[in-house]
Amino acid sequence: MEPLLHPEPHPAETVLLSKRFRLPNSRSIDTFLANGGFQSFRKALAMTPDQIVDELKASNLRGRGGAGFPVGMKWGFVPRTGAKPRYIVVNADESEPGTCKDRVIMQYDPHRLIEGCLIAARVIDSRRGWIYIRGEYRYLIDLMDQALEEAYAKGWLGKNIQGTGFDFDLSTHSGAGAYECGEESALLESLEGKRGNPRIKPPFPATSGAFQCPTILNNVESYAAVPDIIEMGGAAYAALGVAKAGGTKLTCLTGHVNRPGVYELTLGFPVRKMLEEVGGGIRNGRKMKAFIPGGSSCPVLTGEEAWEATMDYDAMAKLKTMLGSGGVVIIDDTTDMVKLALRIMRFYKHESCGWCIPCREGTLWLTKLLTRLDEGAANAHDIDMVGELAENMLGRTFCALGDAAALPTISIVKKFRHEFEAKIASSSVSMTGAGLVRIHS
Amino acid sequence: MTFSPQLEARLSKLVQNYPPGRLKGALIPMLMYCQDEVGAVTRELTEEVASRCGVSTLEVDEVVGFYTMLRSQPMGKTHLQICTNISCMLWGGEELWNHACHKLGIGHNQVSEDGSISLEEVECIGACSWAPAIQTNYDFHHHVTVERLDQIIDGLRKKQ
Repeated sequence: MEPLLHPEPHPAETVLLSKRFRLPNSRSIDTFLANGGFQSFRKALAMTPDQIVDELKASNLRGRGGAGFPVGMKWGFVPRTGAKPRYIVVNADESEPGTCKDRVIMQYDPHRLIEGCLIAARVIDSRRGWIYIRGEYRYLIDLMDQALEEAYAKGWLGKNIQGTGFDFDLSTHSGAGAYECGEESALLESLEGKRGNPRIKPPFPATSGAFQCPTILNNVESYAAVPDIIEMGGAAYAALGVAKAGGTKLTCLTGHVNRPGVYELTLGFPVRKMLEEVGGGIRNGRKMKAFIPGGSSCPVLTGEEAWEATMDYDAMAKLKTMLGSGGVVIIDDTTDMVKLALRIMRFYKHESCGWCIPCREGTLWLTKLLTRLDEGAANAHDIDMVGELAENMLGRTFCALGDAAALPTISIVKKFRHEFEAKIASSSVSMTGAGLVRIHS
Repeated sequence: MTFSPQLEARLSKLVQNYPPGRLKGALIPMLMYCQDEVGAVTRELTEEVASRCGVSTLEVDEVVGFYTMLRSQPMGKTHLQICTNISCMLWGGEELWNHACHKLGIGHNQVSEDGSISLEEVECIGACSWAPAIQTNYDFHHHVTVERLDQIIDGLRKKQ
């Protein structure tokens, strides 16, 4: 198994969610129990569901999967009684390019995720949950299965947990290779054994989720943050971050930095400090040309825009991008932005589930167009056409994949248009090369 | 069909995880676990899984046609997956991909003549901070260089 951590946390990190990551045998339930494990769940059992939700609201914890929806509010929407069973679903379908943090949680502290699920189950009186893990993470499915087995053996899952009369079953569920299943409604379809096409919303999972029952559905990191909030209190957790974005976030530094890695940083962390101190500066002393704050779905920032920004939801929204999933991609000045735009679009073309025509066709046409632009077989009108096609995808699909493909493309064309123009100008390939399309199914 | 005792044990646990009457939920994990043993979702396996999950073979085909990791044709004994998505691309993922194609003489989703190695250019595998990354079957390899890739491929060939 590949190690995922630097031997020591960086001094600028705030070690909270990651506090057990570097303990010997951090995966085992004995280590977990010896280091405060399940104490928050015990505390939650003595609280009312409303008190738990209030702490979460006070914590300003926002969904860590990318959308940033307030977790307390989401949990508050789910009915707690009724004839239908209520379910807990964990989104561990981590596939957003640039994002590799849920993997770290499951590899180093899987019981933390189980504890988060137990607290969620306590809130809505749920008896059943699933951890939907992408198929490529088979070793983590096996590790999670081991952790679940340990938790059952020690009476932290199953019937009458620790003699409290509380029952809860939790299991893993393997995906099979589909980015789309990271979208919550497509994930639920997949959990039910179907193709991963999105559902129309409303109804939202809170009222009609897994197997058409009320469901709490959150990202791994969102559940994993909950035990600390219960332990330290919502207000103390919120105080670590900035207004409307509490606590810490696992941030994946990727691309052209000297020290890529997954780091736990407070919300609102300055980008400059993150790149220069934590990331050790731009690789080879180059200049940063572009910056993606949280996965390839986010509109791209120029280096100049990014340096003075801070890593929080509202600050990124002001720059017309998103904090996203925590998958930071740093791009230096040697990078060909046309190629980058094409690679991003090839990804969305591959992953479009085909359900909505603007996304299915749009990602295909844009891949062809960007290929032409990259190969220099395009004309100036094609640059505008990229923007037009992308604009026409926005808001016209069931789920956000269409927007996720369009938004970074629009931003790259807008901010790096000169690179597209330069490619056309320097090319000797004639426009009849329109058929030069390199794509595979 | 007969599966190994380990697989049977896994499947018997799996089918208990879904609400009454909703056994179809087990379909995708069951296909994944069985495919690993059988090599591909063959016709026989389709029928077996359909009957175990209480669904039609058409419902199985629907799913197999959708998910990238489910295959009706077997891949090589070792399936080499090279990520060229952005974070890996920025650390030389495309060079690794081109090198592997050249060295093995096969392309995307193709299998070497002796059936030992197959190749796939994959989308993000969640190893972005340790780029460039590849997977051999389910094993991750991080910070892969062309030299390291050569060693991995040569090692696989020797195993044959």
